[in-house]
Amino acid sequence: MTEPDRIAPAPDPLRIADREFTSRLITGTGGATNLTVLERALRASGTELTTVALRRADGSGGTGVLQLLRRLGIDLLPNTAGCRTAAEAVLTARLAREALGTSWVKLEVHADDRTLLPDPVETLDAARRLVADGFTVLPYTNDDPVLALRLEDAGCAAVMPLGSPIGTGLGIRNPHNLELIVARASVPVILDAGVGTASDAAVAMELGCAAVLLATAVTRAQDPELMASAMRSAVRAGRWARLAGRAPKRFWAHASSPAPDA
Amino acid sequence: MRARLNGVLRDLPDGATVADAVTALGAPTTGVAVAVDGEVVPRAAWDRPLREHARVEVITAVQGG
Repeated sequence: MTEPDRIAPAPDPLRIADREFTSRLITGTGGATNLTVLERALRASGTELTTVALRRADGSGGTGVLQLLRRLGIDLLPNTAGCRTAAEAVLTARLAREALGTSWVKLEVHADDRTLLPDPVETLDAARRLVADGFTVLPYTNDDPVLALRLEDAGCAAVMPLGSPIGTGLGIRNPHNLELIVARASVPVILDAGVGTASDAAVAMELGCAAVLLATAVTRAQDPELMASAMRSAVRAGRWARLAGRAPKRFWAHASSPAPDA
Repeated sequence: MRARLNGVLRDLPDGATVADAVTALGAPTTGVAVAVDGEVVPRAAWDRPLREHARVEVITAVQGG
C-alpha cells in the first residue's frame, strides 16, 4: 500500500512580497490550442498564479483567458513580453495595472526575436522605475548571478533566471549559475524558461529554486493535462528533495552494506 | 478629426473622447486600458476629448507568457 502524502514537510508556502501560495508551480497561458485544453491543464497543475500577455484590443474579443483565470480563482501575473526598452515595459506595466487591477508584473524586456534573451540593461532600468512606481516586480533575467543581485537590490520581489531560452525546452544549461543565484539571493528565485519536461522542473527545485514558471512544456505537450500533472508532482518532489538534503556526492564507491567478516 | 488608434490613422467626429476611441475600435469596455500619447488614461478620465493626431493605444489581456 502506498501513501505518498503520509510523510510531508510542515506547511511550506511560497512567499512572494505580501502573498503566500501553496503551489510552487507558476504557469503561463501561451501556446494552448484553446481555452478548454488550457483549463484542464491549469486545473491539473494546481497553480495559483498564471501569466497573461497584453496586446492591442480590437473587436475580436480576447478576454476569454481573463474570465477563465478568474473563474478558476487563479491570480493574474501580467507580463511585458514583446517590449524592447525600459520605457515600453513601464508603459505596458502601467496599462496592465489599469486594465487588470493588479500591481504585480512579470517584467520581460527582450533583446531580439531569435533568442528572446533578456536585455539586462533595459531590464534593470525598468525594474528600478517600476519599483519606484509601486509595482511588485518579478523580472525575467539571464542566469547571471551579478545581475540577479542587482535586480534584488533594485527592490524586485523575486528574481526569475532562465534555464535556457524561452520555448526551447533545453532544460537548465548552467546549473552552477543557478546555484550561485540561489546561494546569495534573499528573495525567491524562480526558474523561468527552458523547462522541457518534468525532470527539468525537479532539478530546478533540487538546486534550491523557490518555484518554477513554465508554459511551453505543458501547453505544447502531446497531452497538456497529463504533463501539467507531471509538473505538479515534479516541482513538489524537487522541493521535498531539497528540504530533505541530498546525500553527499563521492568520487569513489562507498559500500552501503557492511563489509564481509574477515 | 483624426487620431491614430492602435497604430491605424482613423477619422473620428470632432470632439471625440477617449471612450469614443475605445468604441471605434470595437474593443470591450472592461479588462482594457488606454494610453494616449504614451500616458495611461484612467477610466475615470475617458470623457477627456482627444487632441488632433493623438496616438491612442487600447490594450487587453490575451494568452501568453
